[in-house]
Amino acid sequence: MRKFGFTAGLVASVALMSATASAQSVKVGVMLTLSGPAAVLGQHARDGFNLGIKHLGGKLGGLNADVVIVDDELKPDVGVQKVQALLERDKVDVIVGVIFSNVMMAISKPVFDAQIPIISPNAGPSPLAGKGCSPWFFSTAWQNDQNHEAMGKAAQDAGYKKVVLIAPNYQAGKDAMAGFKRQYKGEVVDEIFNQVNQLDFSAELARIASLKPEAVFAFEPGGMGVNLVKQYSQAGLAGKIPFLSAFTVDETTLPATQDAGVGLMSGAQWAPNLDNAVNKKFVADYEKQYGHVPALYAAQGYDAALLLDAAIKAAGGKVSDKTALRDALKKTTFTSTTGKAFKLNNNGFPIQDVYSVKAVKRADGKYATEIVAKVLTDYKDAYAADCPLK
Amino acid sequence: MRWPALTRPGRAVLVLTIAVFVALALAPLFAPWITGERYILGLLARVMIFAIAAVSLDLILGYGGLVSFGHAAFVGLGAYAVGILSAHGITDVTVVLPVTLAVCALFAVGTGAVAVRTRGVYFIMITLAFGQMAYYTATSLAQYGGDDGLRLDHRSTLFGTPIATDPLAFYYVVFGALLFFYLLTRVIVSSRFGRVLRAARQNPVRVETLGFNVGQVRLTAYVIAGMIAGVSGFLLANHILFVSPAYMSWQRSGELIVMVVLGGMGTLHGAVIGSLAFLLIEEFLSTITEHWKVIFGPMLILVVLFARGGLLGLLGGRHG
Amino acid sequence: MSTTLFVVQLLNGLQLGVLLFLIAAGLTLVFGVMDFINLGHGVQYMLGAYLAVTFYALTGNFAYTLLLALPSALALGLLVEVLIFRHLYDRDHLDQVLATFGIILFVNEGVKIVWGAAPLNVPIPALFSGSIEIMPGLLYPVWRLAIIGSGLAVAVLLWAIVSHTRIGMRIRAGAVNAPMVGALGVDVKTLFTCVFGFGAMLAGFAGIMVAPILSVEPGMGDSVLILAFVVIVIGGIGSIRGAFVGALIVGLVDTLGRSFATDIFRLFLTASAARQVGPAFASMLIYLLMAVILFVRPAGLFPAKGR
Repeated sequence: MRKFGFTAGLVASVALMSATASAQSVKVGVMLTLSGPAAVLGQHARDGFNLGIKHLGGKLGGLNADVVIVDDELKPDVGVQKVQALLERDKVDVIVGVIFSNVMMAISKPVFDAQIPIISPNAGPSPLAGKGCSPWFFSTAWQNDQNHEAMGKAAQDAGYKKVVLIAPNYQAGKDAMAGFKRQYKGEVVDEIFNQVNQLDFSAELARIASLKPEAVFAFEPGGMGVNLVKQYSQAGLAGKIPFLSAFTVDETTLPATQDAGVGLMSGAQWAPNLDNAVNKKFVADYEKQYGHVPALYAAQGYDAALLLDAAIKAAGGKVSDKTALRDALKKTTFTSTTGKAFKLNNNGFPIQDVYSVKAVKRADGKYATEIVAKVLTDYKDAYAADCPLK
Repeated sequence: MRWPALTRPGRAVLVLTIAVFVALALAPLFAPWITGERYILGLLARVMIFAIAAVSLDLILGYGGLVSFGHAAFVGLGAYAVGILSAHGITDVTVVLPVTLAVCALFAVGTGAVAVRTRGVYFIMITLAFGQMAYYTATSLAQYGGDDGLRLDHRSTLFGTPIATDPLAFYYVVFGALLFFYLLTRVIVSSRFGRVLRAARQNPVRVETLGFNVGQVRLTAYVIAGMIAGVSGFLLANHILFVSPAYMSWQRSGELIVMVVLGGMGTLHGAVIGSLAFLLIEEFLSTITEHWKVIFGPMLILVVLFARGGLLGLLGGRHG
Repeated sequence: MSTTLFVVQLLNGLQLGVLLFLIAAGLTLVFGVMDFINLGHGVQYMLGAYLAVTFYALTGNFAYTLLLALPSALALGLLVEVLIFRHLYDRDHLDQVLATFGIILFVNEGVKIVWGAAPLNVPIPALFSGSIEIMPGLLYPVWRLAIIGSGLAVAVLLWAIVSHTRIGMRIRAGAVNAPMVGALGVDVKTLFTCVFGFGAMLAGFAGIMVAPILSVEPGMGDSVLILAFVVIVIGGIGSIRGAFVGALIVGLVDTLGRSFATDIFRLFLTASAARQVGPAFASMLIYLLMAVILFVRPAGLFPAKGR
């Protein structure tokens, strides 16, 4: 049976690799959410990361890349256990993960205590950006508030006087609204919290219509976003009330919302049509290999591979010296999919430009987001000042 | 301890149960040989923690006939008791553990008083409802992280120092707790109280006419089960050093029921074996393929179809 | 808060209620008649939606999609019944729970393998793609009216079948005392298979109807399953009328709660406190409702006779 052979092979290779690890290869533990309704985000990040390794010839910084991929199942306790397996059984040199903030918070302590660098291709909770920051934490994505702040600034710049906010009633939703309000100085007419995994938004849409705001800001990840966008369009609001969002309208949900999503705006640090050599190669090969348009999660995974490559090169290939690797990760630079030189803030989060992007239907019939305008330049998150690191 | 006839397990099952406990007790000695590292102690500790919760569920489900679909709420409440107290600087185990027990007992009395008035699937749904209410309350506690969760700095302390910081020491704390609660529930079901509970499952009317207050017996069992599950939550919070509403989702309650039924309900050791089987197979399969559920699902179905009384049923143990 | 908005929210609540009935109808039929806890009902609903995606991609026509997807949903339901469920009718409820839990795991993952993990789309059929303006600036899609219509049609159909046909009589008799009915010469096994298949088809039908307005993704049936159970428990298990009334109540309470809870709390709490308590309260509301109803009527509002 194929799976048995695979297990035997896996066990054998793990044993072999553990023996020969530090010499000519680097062991990378990748932990993402690969099961459950949100699996598509983990898949994008994983596929982006794997593509990055492929483009680097299967090597990171000249060393053979030995990648172990595990699924945290969006369960913090499972995540902690699997990260301990990565650290102690697989003896990874570096960890790439995770997608969701609650898992990140849970695994942060064991990882930081083990003094192994962790590169986040997505999750960026505020405690790790501020007081709880660590020299072992790096991100190729964003601090969770970033894209919400971008939309707040966009709303402010566009001169919208009255805005309605809508987000699910959980921590990320509350953070989204807080992030938006940090940049937006107009009047927030209402903050609507819907239930997590809510299906039918007719009540919320009726309320929005009755309040007659000049714009709506929505943070509705996953299926909630598909539901809201479809119903927003069906309720006739799409052309009438400008729709600003974060993590709601992207290449993971556009195949489902299709025309309903076209014209809606988001805040993001990346879009597939960013015109630079690194990104062009990434997007073209990603679409060829996987058959769908990459979302920002895929670009973040790809950048994680590039970051590792640059850092290991800078550290002279000596991954056994974790402190040297860590310092290299902090200081090194490379050209990321954003086309700019990658730069990290004191808390390990990237300093980058954030754009407003719009969903469009491409000439080839596929849906994607495209850059509209730069909203924040060299954005630094609001929590960095609380981080004692330099 | 003389085990009354109706609860005396078959010989094969008895041997298996003892073997399982011995294996768990000795696992740390073999751990380095199996995987080369001690992370497996963490895995087994987590499994044993859920085994404790499963044993408590079997008390009311297997023996009392009360299928609680909100049992994970007690695990979560126990964990949050640790988390919230820790957020306020209170970590001494002599304070935290009694608070955990008290909180769970209160929640059990409050919800149980309503729930034991119902029967069958209505009991299932009411306990689900209460579990959901606990879950939504936890996610709305923004000052304790909401659903992003709450980190603990260190384990519960005794006289100022964190206890069992060594994975081996913690492993034996959890093992000791599992053994203790297994024996405790064993004593409970063998006692007169346990007999009344079991009788009430089969024929409540007759038990009432014999002069027992069935509602009170059920409520008492429910409270005991809730407190034990709360202790498993206390241990879980100390193990992961992280507290999250995810511990009390309805999916987790469903998994607890599955663990109990898979092993063989109404046996107590079935709950232990069921949780071991469920969590270890899940762990093993997920290393093979990300689509492990497509294998695990049919495995559960096969167990149901071909093993009456769960995994223990395969050995000819007492039917559920 | 204006009267118009209140009326619109009432309409939304009723529509959600009918949608919930459409989803719960098959569940109460199977549970009430066969005393079988079918947790797989949620994945049957999900399969209906996925089948709609595939058949729509193949035919480009919603009518054909419906004609192809319904029998497919029926076939899949019958397959599962014959292979697995048939052997479990006389088993403990909890064994049924375990088996259907296994099915949920299998189908949720299987759907991801076959269709991928990303959400998918089914467009609203062209005939129903219009909308009417129910409030200045707010359009109501005609398709939602179609959903309400189909929900009501299903309610009438079920009521007619169960109370006014021979097979309905046999079903009701089989629910009360299956061996006796068997002894009277009725093939109870086939009867139950028919009921289960019909229940699966109803679940699939609900999935097909909602696919144009909701996200089609793995696990979409899980939250729906819990709602459906709440509905049938409130209404009384085995009662179609109970399921209908229960669904309307749940739909109304949930919608009005979500719409106005925060406003009501703002009357006696600060705005920020209201914003923290309101949504949490709204999400608990249907569970509170169920707890209250079960406290007063431990067997639901309209328990089927003989229970």
